[in-house]
Amino acid sequence: MEYFAIIIGAIFVNNVVLAQFLGICPFLGVSGKVNTSLGMGAAVVFVMGISSIVVYLLQYYVLVPLRIEYMQTIVFILVIAALVQMVEIILKKISPALYQALGIFLPLITTNCAVLGVAILLVQKEYNLLQSFVYAVSTAIGFALALTVFAGIRERLELNEVPKSMRGVPVALVTAGILAMAFMGFAGLV
Amino acid sequence: MKRLNILLKGIIKENPTFVLILGMCPTLGTTTSAINGAGMGIATMFVLVMSNMVISLIKNLIPDKVRIPAFIVVIASFVTVIQLLMEAYVPALYETLGVFIPLIVVNCIILGRAEAFASKHNVFDSALDGLGMGLGFTLSLTVIGAVREMLGNGSVFGYKFITGDGMLAFVLAPGAFLVLGYLMVLFNKATAKLRS
Repeated sequence: MEYFAIIIGAIFVNNVVLAQFLGICPFLGVSGKVNTSLGMGAAVVFVMGISSIVVYLLQYYVLVPLRIEYMQTIVFILVIAALVQMVEIILKKISPALYQALGIFLPLITTNCAVLGVAILLVQKEYNLLQSFVYAVSTAIGFALALTVFAGIRERLELNEVPKSMRGVPVALVTAGILAMAFMGFAGLV
Repeated sequence: MKRLNILLKGIIKENPTFVLILGMCPTLGTTTSAINGAGMGIATMFVLVMSNMVISLIKNLIPDKVRIPAFIVVIASFVTVIQLLMEAYVPALYETLGVFIPLIVVNCIILGRAEAFASKHNVFDSALDGLGMGLGFTLSLTVIGAVREMLGNGSVFGYKFITGDGMLAFVLAPGAFLVLGYLMVLFNKATAKLRS
């Protein structure tokens, strides 16, 4: 039941993009087409799942015993950047097919603030290892969901006449606002 | 004259929020009120000025290949400094801004200025560039925060001018997207008119 609450909470109620405002850059940048959005979403699920475990072990077996919790920001960002690089290299070697599918999205993830944000949040919420992993993966699924739904809307939007000063980012933001309003309907679910 | 230009370009011509469209996460996430927006802007400005100065000082010592990780370490150090300072002196603001303070590290404006400006110019110009960009960012965040607070709560900087409640949705998530979207439209209209 507890895990169910974490999953529903992270995907719908506190959606990472539409309620917590993390990962807005890829949300506005990559969400042109449904296909690329799905690829990006899958890559984020993959990286966030791995990084949640690494970050958990780092926090409780390195930073806390050494009493250097204040180094959190510096250590986490470096580890995540290195991790993304490593995932890319390993994936290229052991699973070229998966690398083909996710490859171009992996470097973009380093600049995705949702990965660092989730790492910091799961330490703040004092989750255990399994809870951290479930939370990170569900958050990433929430990201993929928001991205894909948004891409679907934007594909339609392309075909319409948009006023000149609204073209591009402004109309995307207004659309996201309406989408966020729809997601507010999930509030109070858990 | 050239120096004044470096300082001022960040405010309108290359405004990080409305023109360059960088650093969207804190822009949307922390502007629930004018004071929160201003606080976030000033924290970012501090990191921007300091990291620009340090990077400009050490630009000749860093090998080109490890440039980006080195920049990130410098930025992350100053983020830790401001994080500890805010926790000590403005605990209430630190609490409200929450996860967005450590996330200043991944704010693209800072790494962007380090790469595009500080790694090529001298210390004084880099500090001015950081200050200008920081001011532009702070101004935009304060304006967005003020509009959201006005619509959502009927107050600006905490001074209430209506009785009763505002439209709560503008303080919550949808309001952030809507207000930023429509302010961007106004900004585009205004700059298009100025240009013609």
